[in-house]
Amino acid sequence: MNKKFGIKEVVATGIGTALFVVLTTVQIPIGIPNTYLQPRMAVMAFLSAIFGPIVGAIIGLVGHALGDAIFYGSIWWSWVIPDAIVGLLIGIFYKKYMVREGEFEAQKIIIFNVMQLIGNAVAWILLAPVLDILVYAEPKDKVFVQGIYAFLGNFIIIGALGTILLIAYSKVAGRSKGLSKEDDE
Amino acid sequence: MGRRLISYEEKDTWIHRLSGFTKLFFFLLWCVTSALTFDTRVLIVMLIAGVAIFISSKTTWKQVGGVFQAILLFMVLNLLFIFIFSPYEGTGIYGTWTEVCKLPFGVKLTAEQLFYEFNVMLKYFTVVPSVFIFLVTTDPSEFAASLNAIGVPYSIAYSVAITLRYIPDVQDDFSRIRNAQAARGIEMGKKANIFDRIRRTANIIFPLLFSTMERIDTVSNAMELRGFGKKKKRTWYAGKKLSIPDYIVIVSSLLFMIAALLFTWMDGNRFYNPFI
Repeated sequence: MNKKFGIKEVVATGIGTALFVVLTTVQIPIGIPNTYLQPRMAVMAFLSAIFGPIVGAIIGLVGHALGDAIFYGSIWWSWVIPDAIVGLLIGIFYKKYMVREGEFEAQKIIIFNVMQLIGNAVAWILLAPVLDILVYAEPKDKVFVQGIYAFLGNFIIIGALGTILLIAYSKVAGRSKGLSKEDDE
Repeated sequence: MGRRLISYEEKDTWIHRLSGFTKLFFFLLWCVTSALTFDTRVLIVMLIAGVAIFISSKTTWKQVGGVFQAILLFMVLNLLFIFIFSPYEGTGIYGTWTEVCKLPFGVKLTAEQLFYEFNVMLKYFTVVPSVFIFLVTTDPSEFAASLNAIGVPYSIAYSVAITLRYIPDVQDDFSRIRNAQAARGIEMGKKANIFDRIRRTANIIFPLLFSTMERIDTVSNAMELRGFGKKKKRTWYAGKKLSIPDYIVIVSSLLFMIAALLFTWMDGNRFYNPFI
């Protein structure tokens, strides 16, 4: 079996997606109509930074589609696919972040946030509006305004909540280093 | 989470008897077709067909009604936003100008705009019955088995099975933590500024995420002990082989998609234009 997608990754993807789906309805309004901060995005970023890009992308893809389906009864594919891209891009350097080694600090925090900035920009300012226009022929102004709000919301929530979650977990995980907890296999 | 979610319910209809793969295949083709076409006639046929299949799955309104209201709300808001941002989008698409009446602020309502927004609405609605059918009639464990049967690596299929299996558990964890925090005076819904709101939400996400990480450890250790992933193949308890009705559905949904797309592009583009 592929080492990169071992048992831990299978389970992290499965349970991570479940968590993402459950958090679909947890939204923090920020005063702009129809725009919310979505804590589930921070959770996806967290899991992607720990388990890697494939886990992040699947959580974004399946989690968003399934969450849409069971809570809203329809799937907005033009927003599902960008979500997978965010998960993918954040996870690319997951080995560098060294979260589980307890060393998620200064420079790594910056790399993480640069990656999430790039990921969110590509996904929401570029991909989602373009897909909305291609699929639904929606007005340009509308989709780009929506896209920019989505970008801001997701950038803020991942930057704030995502970063805090990773720092906190890194401290806890790093402490148990002496207990010789071996990385799988 | 007061709202009732859509979930699988065991019944005995021809749709329930189909394999999970067939239903996924139908569902994805349906989404693609609906995404590509903007032809009103095709969309109406798809909507009627979707509703007819939905009715034959003997799903009760109680199973999906609550969720349906959420879609309606979203639809109304979305159509309103389209109009606010671009009240003449429709005239641009259909190339004519038929004024219906004047609205305040010098905006004019055109028949083209109404027709265009009607089409956007139809497009959203055509997907809804297929989502309902898929979720309500597909047994989660059988679904994972059929994902594997069509060539998805079984590790990925197994992740999907784990997701479906653990959503209720994580949901329980979530309500328990939320209630515990509420008892300590930390409530999510309360009015406060953004930073306080983020902090309160973090107070719930923290324990939830950390208990999730523990759960990931426990479950993956258990799977490792049972030798998961040691062999190239895996058999499934709930697996179902494709039968004749499955092939009929697969072939006819493919044919339908091809016909719908050919019909859409017969007049040169994806729109149906009744104005010329």
